[in-house]
Amino acid sequence: MNRPLRTDMAMAARPPSLEPSTQSQFGMWVFIGTEALFFGGLLLAYAWGRASHPEGFTAASRHTDIVLGTLNTAVLLCSSALAALAALHAREAAWPSCRRCLLAAAGLGVLFLCIKGAEYRQEWTEGLFPGPGFRLGDDHTPPVGSAMFFQFYFTATALHALHLMIGIGLMVWQALHPPPPDHPGQAVSRVEATTLYWHFVDMVWIVLYPLLYLGGRHP
Amino acid sequence: MTSSAQAQTAPNYLQAGWTLRSWLCTTDHKRIAILYALSITAFFFIGGAAATLMRLELATPQGDLVSADSYNKLFTAHGVIMVWLFLIPSIPSVLGNFLLPLMIGARDLAFPRLNLLSWYLYVAGGLVTLAALVLGGVDTGWTFYTPYATMFSNSHVALTLVGVFITGFSSILTGLNFIVTTHLLRAPGMGWFKLPLFVWANYATSVILVLATPVLAITTLLVVAERLFQIGVFDPAHGGDPLLFQHLFWFYSHPAVYIMVLPAMGVASEIIPCFARRRIFGYRFMAYAILAIAGVGFLVWGHHMFVSGQSLTASLVFSLLSFIVAIPSAIKVFNWTATLYKGSIRFDAPMLYALGFVGLFTIGGLTGLFLASLALDVHLTDTYFVVSHFHYIMVGGSVMAYFGGLHFWWPKATGRMYPEMWARVAALIVFFGFNLTFFPQYVLGYQGMPRRYHAYPPEYQVLNVLSSAGASILAIGYLLPLGYFAWSLRRGKIAPRNPWGAAGLEWQAPSPPPPHNFDAPVQAPADVYAYRPPRSATAGEAP
Repeated sequence: MNRPLRTDMAMAARPPSLEPSTQSQFGMWVFIGTEALFFGGLLLAYAWGRASHPEGFTAASRHTDIVLGTLNTAVLLCSSALAALAALHAREAAWPSCRRCLLAAAGLGVLFLCIKGAEYRQEWTEGLFPGPGFRLGDDHTPPVGSAMFFQFYFTATALHALHLMIGIGLMVWQALHPPPPDHPGQAVSRVEATTLYWHFVDMVWIVLYPLLYLGGRHP
Repeated sequence: MTSSAQAQTAPNYLQAGWTLRSWLCTTDHKRIAILYALSITAFFFIGGAAATLMRLELATPQGDLVSADSYNKLFTAHGVIMVWLFLIPSIPSVLGNFLLPLMIGARDLAFPRLNLLSWYLYVAGGLVTLAALVLGGVDTGWTFYTPYATMFSNSHVALTLVGVFITGFSSILTGLNFIVTTHLLRAPGMGWFKLPLFVWANYATSVILVLATPVLAITTLLVVAERLFQIGVFDPAHGGDPLLFQHLFWFYSHPAVYIMVLPAMGVASEIIPCFARRRIFGYRFMAYAILAIAGVGFLVWGHHMFVSGQSLTASLVFSLLSFIVAIPSAIKVFNWTATLYKGSIRFDAPMLYALGFVGLFTIGGLTGLFLASLALDVHLTDTYFVVSHFHYIMVGGSVMAYFGGLHFWWPKATGRMYPEMWARVAALIVFFGFNLTFFPQYVLGYQGMPRRYHAYPPEYQVLNVLSSAGASILAIGYLLPLGYFAWSLRRGKIAPRNPWGAAGLEWQAPSPPPPHNFDAPVQAPADVYAYRPPRSATAGEAP
């Protein structure tokens, strides 16, 4: 306390070599670790259900809409490509193209949700929602486990959709907030962390798609 | 230049703002720690009130004070509040939040706004849980076992689980913040093996928070979904399996025990060297032991399910792994003891709590080995032996350490000394009251008294009366600090920068620290446990 000190410079406790981008990206990776365990619990329960009730799961999984599911997979893959481009543009400080890519990826996210909504509506009218009126097509006494399959289906896809909505919000927020002129690096790190999250949500779908749409469909 | 004068008169973090808004919108880790301290104290006394009613009921063999149903709701409320709203946030969110940046020489946590969000999530989760209690309570026990919780209970299971779910996200975000902070914000020269063990302990705890809590989150969602739609994974009538719930639940809830006790170990590892004036014995082994406990702790959950009908092979493996956890735990106990060897020991209040922690944790840990033994566990499952065992770990261990830490860092956080004599008396009362409350419960459990009943055969009365008497003494021990801490805020002696002559980096900051923690560039100490020659003369003895 003997030397005169300016409080702002005196507090430079952070090692100068580290850029803020390391922080938000590292934080996002840790968050993805958390999320992996979150979906992991669900997948464990799914694996147990499938192993215990193979007939019910097989019968039920034939009733998911493979056309819309595949279409949605393609939509999300394209959105991830756009997100990757957005990160690339951000690193090159090409802000207008970065923003276009962010908005386009978010737009594809919205398209995904619309398709998913249409799918839900169709499944609801077919009586596939688990509960008292549950049936598989004309089969009003479906094999044990088929209702459980649809519980997983709705839980997993709804949680995925919720994550996607958060992702859309983040992407739009990034697009609407241009990088501050004094800290351009900050925006890069924010965009990179956001797109990291976007890719993770995409990855979740890549795992869910075969589990919910493809498995058990072979003749 | 006015900068010198600025530095001299710079307000500390408590003076940085006086309005309610300056507290509720703060991003200062120290202020957020105070917010946590106040809120968890409130929940501690609510949970304690439920325990008081239970001990009053158990003073007589007849169920004469509360009905069986109310008793179920009381022990559920006690468990839910104490586990999720007090113990899990206690040391990490209060002491960890306050100290982690100070100990590693950082200005704040990596994500200060996220830190504030964690507190708001905690409060929101706490209020939802409290709302469930006020609306009529839950009767499932804090474990929410299915199929009772999903199919039969007519209480507010879903609402409570929503509260737990929200609180869980508060834990996750705190853990995430601590991990990133510890990795990226250490001061120059502060290598991993120069970190205080308190930082190691909070780091390991954060890893558990981040990896275990999400599994609880998805499990609570599945239970809530099952209650809403009456179909699903845990319901045997629809092909589900209630045991799956126990696996998922204990995959979180056993590591949660280490969430509660690892930070306590960190606190003891700071206090004991300071008051024995000895370098911590076997520093590296202490750090590795923390990591080992955190790692192996993920693989022992099945020891809660020995009587559930799981396969004998599974039980054998879980039993073996549970015994293996005892090894790093024992390393820690031996090293604390060895630190005391030839020390110049001072029995100030923090040290009394820390020594109490070591003794009670040892008893709790060793009785854990009884329960990890397959044959003995069949006899002891669901008896008061189990209740006593985990209270020795959670109350005798974690709460003792939390109180020790509160006293140790009180001068740093508030700038005031607490009254030492009162604090020593309170520490001794807590120690005595705790043992009188819980030791009889070991005997009761061994004799076969089951847990979770509001009435019992008359032959158990003597031990139950002893336990209830102990609980009233324990309550006095917990109320005393509330009084003298409050008193010390106005009347306590002004605390110097380093009242204990401690070697950690946090003692280089003024008491209380300024908003940005240090008033000079940070020099990481060469040894955060430099208590003995050759460096003890320069390690900052008491001013």
